[in-house]
Parts: sequence; structure tokens; C-alpha cells
Amino acid sequence: MGFFERLIKIDRRIIFTFIAFAVALPLFFNVSMHVETTPEVVGIFSAVDSLSPGSKVLISFDYDPGSMPELQPMAESFLRHCFSRGLKVILMGLWPQGPLQANWALDIILNEPDIKEKNLQYGVDYVNLGYTAGNEVVIQRMGSDIHAAFPVDYYGTSLDEIPLMRGVRNFDNIDFVYNLSAGYPGTMEWVQFAADRFHAVLGAGNTAVQAPLMYPYLGKKQLVGILGGMKGAAEYEVLSKRPARGVRYMFSQGISHAVVIFFVILGNVAYFATRKKRKES
Amino acid sequence: MHPSPDLGIWIGGLLTLGIFSFLYGDNPYYKFCEALFVGVSAGHWFVTLFWTVFVAKMIRNVGIGLNTFITEGFSAGFADYMHWSYIFGGILGFLMLLRLFPKIGWISRWSLAFVVGTTAGYYFINYLVSNGVMQIQKTILPFTSVGNIILVVGTFCGLIYFFFSKEHKGAFGGLARIGIWFLMITFGASFGYTVMSRMSLLIGRMDYLLGNWLGLIG
Repeated sequence: MGFFERLIKIDRRIIFTFIAFAVALPLFFNVSMHVETTPEVVGIFSAVDSLSPGSKVLISFDYDPGSMPELQPMAESFLRHCFSRGLKVILMGLWPQGPLQANWALDIILNEPDIKEKNLQYGVDYVNLGYTAGNEVVIQRMGSDIHAAFPVDYYGTSLDEIPLMRGVRNFDNIDFVYNLSAGYPGTMEWVQFAADRFHAVLGAGNTAVQAPLMYPYLGKKQLVGILGGMKGAAEYEVLSKRPARGVRYMFSQGISHAVVIFFVILGNVAYFATRKKRKES
Repeated sequence: MHPSPDLGIWIGGLLTLGIFSFLYGDNPYYKFCEALFVGVSAGHWFVTLFWTVFVAKMIRNVGIGLNTFITEGFSAGFADYMHWSYIFGGILGFLMLLRLFPKIGWISRWSLAFVVGTTAGYYFINYLVSNGVMQIQKTILPFTSVGNIILVVGTFCGLIYFFFSKEHKGAFGGLARIGIWFLMITFGASFGYTVMSRMSLLIGRMDYLLGNWLGLIG
């Protein structure tokens, strides 16, 4: 058996081993790769940057721990940006685990020195509305009455008793909506109901798998911008001038992609090199 | 090396290794982790939906409504809580459970028919506007832009490829071939993003194993 025949029949576990090392080894090195920013990410960053202090931002956490490596860095960098700009943040989730993801992100950001010194207060500067069942119907209900969709917050306090939520009745009282999505319900539903029906200004952070499906919404400005996967998170961190997990992971991402590309090329070379022989046999 | 003293992190690490062990081959350790994951997920969903939908939306409201009826009779408070939608939803949910009884299981189709019908009607307008009309407007207008011309040509040729009532020959076949090219480029872009997504998940797990669990990286 020739070299290429053996290559075609290579044990997939050898490839797994290469990928494992390509992903793991770069994590030991503190190397920052250059991250080029794209207009889609700049769109969201600029939209948030142009909001005046005190503006209200709604963040919907529509994902679970399975998508944390991609979406949690986005959540953290976005929250950091909002708090550093003095914006009021309303958190919620259309996925049951969403509000927990929101609290994890809050725990990290609120303990960063520059944010901590702002002494942000729950109910005044930020609030977690929790989860409510109903998927896209919840978004539609929020378009007419947020208090009806979420009678109480994550901790069971009536929204009428929360200072931040007084005067916030629907999307007219929210200056920017940001959706972190890993599937259904997610960005598509927020576009259809919040942006197109109630004219909310919407940005989204998506897992890389579903990001290409959302790009058509950028053309008609149904979305002001989109963060696609870990690269999107890294770009946002670069724009915020606060490199964090997203940027740190990009070195692993780059090396592992190089290994994948190498094996794709190698596989194709082996395939074409052995094609004639296969036809003959 | 500073392994985490947290028991939860250790359980997470060992379960992650169990799932990864499938890459070497199917084994009892993997099967245990898989079954545990499926069981915990199902249990979590059941409890969450039970308390956030069945109890919070129906039992609570109907209970308050009945209590109001007992103390005040037919009042505004009774009407607020004893809304017909809770009763109707409850009945539909109950009918779904009749699937457990083979002789009258067919009644559960009424609930399914209601769900399918209302969902189709609910989505019809939204899809038509957001994914249809608005996308077509942006794809065609302004037709002077190179990007829009490429979008129109790509969409048109892609649709021709999926038109099977006429044989793909001559000019028609040529347009269908262009359509294939557009489709392949689209699938390639999607595949690239999918690779990035899967690598991201692996990076997240590796960071957990080597950092959070074993404390090998800072």
C-alpha cells in the first residue's frame, strides 16, 4: 500500500489527536493574535457607543451552557461596555437557562475594579427579569406590555416595585435591544417581532453555526450589527479596548483552523492521487 | 498545577472526559455520561416547564380566581384570574395526555391540530414580511449596486437549479450550473462557520479541563 492509500485510510483518532493538541497547546501561551474588526461588529459597538448615559438596553440571553464558549465572552464584553457607558441594563431570557447565564456574566463584570467603583445597584442600574415561557409570543407581548410578560423579576419582586422598570412599558421605552442566540427562539424571532413589528433597534450575537443565516437581516437594517461566533466576541473586545477571553481563545482558534485546512488539503491530494487507481480496480 | 478543590468542577471534568472517550470508541463510561446528560436534561426541562408554565400560569391564576369567586362571587378580580385562555390551555394539555390511553388516544390530535394551525397562521405574516417582502426589496433595489446584481443573479440561478420540471440543458442548464456554484459557495461559508463553532466549543472544554479543573493554565 502506497503513502496516499495509507493516508486515505488514516485512523480518524490520529486526526482527533492533532486537533486536541492544536486546541490545547496554544492555551498555555499568552499570545494575542491580531483581530481585524468587521463592519457588522462595528455596527453594534457604534450603536451602543452613541447612546447617552441612562439609556435603557435590553439583553436577551437565549442560550444555555452548551454555547457558553462562544456567547458568554460576547455577553461579558457587551455588559462591560454598557456599564462603562453608564447605560441601564435589563436582562432576560427566552431560554430557561438564559437568566443564569446573565447572572454568571454579571458576577464577573460587576467585580471588575473599574465597574465595581461605580457601585451599581440592582433594580436601579440593572435588573434580571428572568425567564418566561412562550418563545416569540413573549416578544410580542413585550411589544405591548413588558409588565404583563414579566409580572415579577428573577427574584420574584414585582416589576412595579423596581425603580428601573417604572416607566418601561414596551419597546418604545427601550433604546437598544441585544439578543444573544444559539437557536430557537432567538435572533430570527427578535427580528420578526421586536424589530420589524415594533421597530426596536436590534443587534445580535450568534453562535457561528447560525450567524450566516442572520446576515440577510443586515441589508435591510433589521439588525444594526451581528457578532458571529468567537471571532465576533474577540472583535468586540478589541473595539472596547479590553481584550479578554474572546481574544485569548483566538490563538487556539487560528492554530486549530490551520490544522483542519492542512488535513483538508492532504485528504484532497490523497483522494486525487489515488482516484485513477481506484477506477482501474 | 493547582487542581480545583470544588467537587462540582471535578464532576464536570470527569463527565467531560467521559463524553470525549467516545472519540476513541464506544464504551460503558461514555454510555453512562450520555445517559446521565439525557436524564438530567429531561428532568431539568420537566421541572422548569412544570413550575414556570403549569403552576405559574395556570394553577396559580385559576386558584386565585376560584378563591376570589368563593369570597367575592362574580367580581372583576375573578374575571381577571379565571381567564378563559387558562382553562382552554389546560383542557388542550389534558387532551394531549390522552395519548397514554390507546382507545381514546386519537383525541390528542385535536390539541396538535390547534397548535399546528395557530402556529402556521401566526408565522405566516411574519415570515412573509421579514423573510419575504423586506428581503426581496433589499435584494432587488437599488439594482445599480454590484452586490445587489450578484444577489439577484445568485437567487435567480439558485431557484432555477431547484426547478425540476424542465431538463437542465442548454441555456437553462447553464443557469442551473451557475446556481450550483452559488449554492456551493454558500455551503462553504456555512461549513467554515460551523468548523469555527465546533472548535470554539472544544476550546471552551479544553479551557475548563486544563484551567478550571486542573489549574494548569491561568
